[in-house]
Formats: sequence, structure tokens, C-alpha cells
Amino acid sequence: MAGTERVSRSGDVPRDDDVVVAEAAAPARELLDGVEDLLDEIDEVLEDNAEEFVRGYVQKGGE
Amino acid sequence: MRWDHTEEQPDRDARIPEVRPDRPEPVIGDAGAANTVLTSGARLYVDHAHPEYATPECASARDLVVWDVAGERIMEAAGRRAEAALPPGSTVHLHKNNTDGKGAAYGTHENYLVPREVPFGLLTRHLLPMFVSRVVLTGAGRVGSDAAPEASFQLSQRADFFEAEVGLETTVRRPLMNTRDEPHADPDRWRRLHVINGDANLCEVATLVKVGAMLLVLRAVAAGALGDPTELEDPLRAFRTVSRDTTLRATLPLTDGRRVTALDLQEGLRDACADLVAREGARPGEELVLGWWTRLLDTARADPAALGGLVDWATKLAVLEAYRERHGLGPEDARVRMLDLQYHDVRRDRGLHHRLVAAGRVVRLTTDAEVERAMTVPPENTRAWFRGRCIARFPDAVVAAGWDSVVLDTGAEALVRLPLDEPGRGTRARVGDLVEEAVDAADLLARLGGAPELPGQLA
Repeated sequence: MAGTERVSRSGDVPRDDDVVVAEAAAPARELLDGVEDLLDEIDEVLEDNAEEFVRGYVQKGGE
Repeated sequence: MRWDHTEEQPDRDARIPEVRPDRPEPVIGDAGAANTVLTSGARLYVDHAHPEYATPECASARDLVVWDVAGERIMEAAGRRAEAALPPGSTVHLHKNNTDGKGAAYGTHENYLVPREVPFGLLTRHLLPMFVSRVVLTGAGRVGSDAAPEASFQLSQRADFFEAEVGLETTVRRPLMNTRDEPHADPDRWRRLHVINGDANLCEVATLVKVGAMLLVLRAVAAGALGDPTELEDPLRAFRTVSRDTTLRATLPLTDGRRVTALDLQEGLRDACADLVAREGARPGEELVLGWWTRLLDTARADPAALGGLVDWATKLAVLEAYRERHGLGPEDARVRMLDLQYHDVRRDRGLHHRLVAAGRVVRLTTDAEVERAMTVPPENTRAWFRGRCIARFPDAVVAAGWDSVVLDTGAEALVRLPLDEPGRGTRARVGDLVEEAVDAADLLARLGGAPELPGQLA
């Protein structure tokens, strides 16, 4: 697809037509860039007692 | 204000020729506060013991993403409020996912407006390969399997739970192609295609392509632009094969003897849609979807792992593998399962997907400002505008609301039910001034040009 990008950067809600994906659109960093920092954060944030939490996570089926 | 169930007919089956029944009696006395319509036109309710959010009607895939993410924020806020009402130290966890890993599954349902004249059989034949193959882009990923102990990671959360190709059920013997025929609109003009086989996505790009590619394919089917349907020999088996193959190289047998991969099928559909758009022009939002659909397919073709940061299954798998390596964990260790689950936690300070977004590792399409606005403001170009703005402006007068109606108490003896049979009407452009300028519900009715009679009287 074309490489043009027009993105509304004002406080307005960007109109659908104004936002065209750019070939170069990318996240600020690679997913696993500096992976140790990422894993440190996961260690911090992950629920303690994973075994208990997972065992207790039982849902009723739905549609 | 309660939900208006008047026109609901969930048992109507698309395969059975229609005999139009008598207009059903209105249902009174519903779940009350557990079933409500928001000023955004969205619906928030309890369904089979799960809190459920249904977006308002949207006219583009990107809008759908905005209002879907708004639903996550609403759930997050609701969870925090519930937590505040509990004894100190209590926590409420809400997950936007589709299985508990213990044999229960609950769906993420997509609903598409399709012209009634498109034959259901034709839709089925074109969509079965679409449903099977899109998993490589739209799957949310999950650890383990209820059906295949050797599958330690799957692309689809729900593949294990589908047991039929075509059918009406939604909770048992789930079919890939659901035949529910309940349009919530003029049934002579419209069908609501009810799709139950998709996963809930957190990656906004995955949501965009999931919904946007479906819109394109449906446009192409209606236009006769897809040629003969590609027929898989065994769509159900193919669905599972695709789900269990992280290399994206597994081949699927077709009825004509050929074998193709899921990427082959997706690329064929994408090509046909791109050709149609090039020939007949792009509708609003289609260029954006085609761009991302192409980008994802090219990435998947070159290296599936490079889908990490773009789609959920690849993002989750990459993080899982890195985490397992750090701690020397087996593929279904409790902490690995916890990671699988916490990826879907809707709290932005604890949910692992959201932590990845905060660290700039995952692509977002929406802005916080537009998502926040979408929590309370409806899309402007569908009937959700009328529904949502009525509720915002006349909350005490709106006695009930549904997808295809608003029921008003104007102070007169009888309640008035306003039908919203056309999803494309009731937009800001058509009725905006009327709704914003009316001083009360009676005035609104007068400006709308009189009141249609309500069949019978509501208590």
C-alpha cells in the first residue's frame, strides 16, 4: 500500500479517512528489545500464588 | 430504563424459510439494573454469569475498534468501582478472554449487517475458509488444549470448542457458521450475520483486521467478486489444525485435491478484496484495513514471530517463551498459565497486554482521548447516535431501549415505541438537530412528526 501517512494530531477525534497506515508505522520499540526489563516488570506484576489463582479461575461457559 | 426485548427472536434459523410470525408481545420485568444501555448507544449487561459489553453500531472497522476499546475501559472502571464497594483488600479481576482453561468457553461475537438478498448458503461457503484461515492473524493465543494434550500452545482460544460446521447453537455443539436470524432491523432488507468463532483481541491491529477483513469479504460476496468458493475438505478439522500450528505452514486439504495453507487462503481473499476496491472504489475505512491486512500477511509470510507486537497470539507467545527461558519453566507451568491469563486482565496497571503497550512494545491505533470520548458518546453515522443521545438528553423519559427501538414516556397516557428499523438512519446528520434542540421527550416526538401507535399498553 502507499507509504503516505496523514494523521490528525490535534485534540480532535481523527476522522477515519484521515488515518492511513504508513509502511513505517511501528511500535516505539521491538517487542523483546531490552527483554530483561520486560521480564523484570512481569515478575513484579504477575499475581503471586500463580498455582492457586489459576486453579481457582473457573468460569461458567457462555454463548 | 430497561432493555426492550419486543422484537427479539433468537431461535429464528437462517436455514428455515420464513413465515413471518405475529408481532410478539413486549417482555416486561427483565433483569433491571443488570441490563442497561449507555449514552454511547452501547449495551452493558449480564449474560450467562458474565458481564458483557456490546458496542454500538459502527460504520467502519476503525470506529469499531474505538468503541470496543471504550468497552474495555468501561469494564475496568466498573471493576474498580466494585472493588471499592468490597471489604478492604478485596480485588476484582476482569479478563477479556474466551476460556478458563478448565473446559468452559464464552464467545466474542461479531455482528455484521448484510443485505438480505445475499443467499445464506453462499455466505456460508465463502466464510468457512475465511473463519478457518483468519486465526493466523486474529487468534488471541492460549496455553494448552482441552482436546489435544500434545498442543502446548494454540493460536485460537476457542478452536477446541467448535463441533459443527453450521448450526443455531451458541453454548454447546458450537458451529463455525451460526445461523441465528434475528436482524434487529427491517428483516426484508437486512440480515445480521452472527459470528461466534472469533477470539477477543487486545491488540488493536488484530481487532481492526478481524472486523475490517470480514467487512471487505462480505462486500465482495455481495458483489459476486470472489469467484467460486474455496472448499475445505473438513473445515472443522482445518480450524483445529490452524490453531495448533505456530509455524503457519500446515497445509489444509481442499475438496478439489489441492492443499493450501491458511496464509494462502487469506492472501487469496485479500487479493480479491483489493481488486474489488481498486475497480469500484474504496468505502470509508477500507484503505486502512487493506493496508494493515496486507502488512500482517506479508509479515506472517516472512516470519510469523515478527507478528509479535501486532497480533495477540504472537505477542503472547514471544513473551511466554522469554519468560519460560528466564525461569526454566515447562510449557504448561502454573506461572505460564498465569501469564496466559493475566495477558487479558483489563486493568491497565496490571494486565500484561497493557503493560506491553505502556512500554511502547505493541502498536496502538486509537488515542486515549477518542476512546475516553467513546465511553459516553455514540458514533455519529449510525442509529446508535439517536439511541445514545436520547438517553443522554432525556434519561427519565426513556423507559426502555433496544437495538431497534427507543420507548419513551412523554407524560401522555400511553408509552410510545419509536422503531429504529434502519441501522443507517437516526444519524447525527439526519436527526442531530432534532434531538439536541428538543426540550423534552414530548417535544422530540412532535419534532419527529407525530407518534406511532404502541401495540397494547405496557404496565
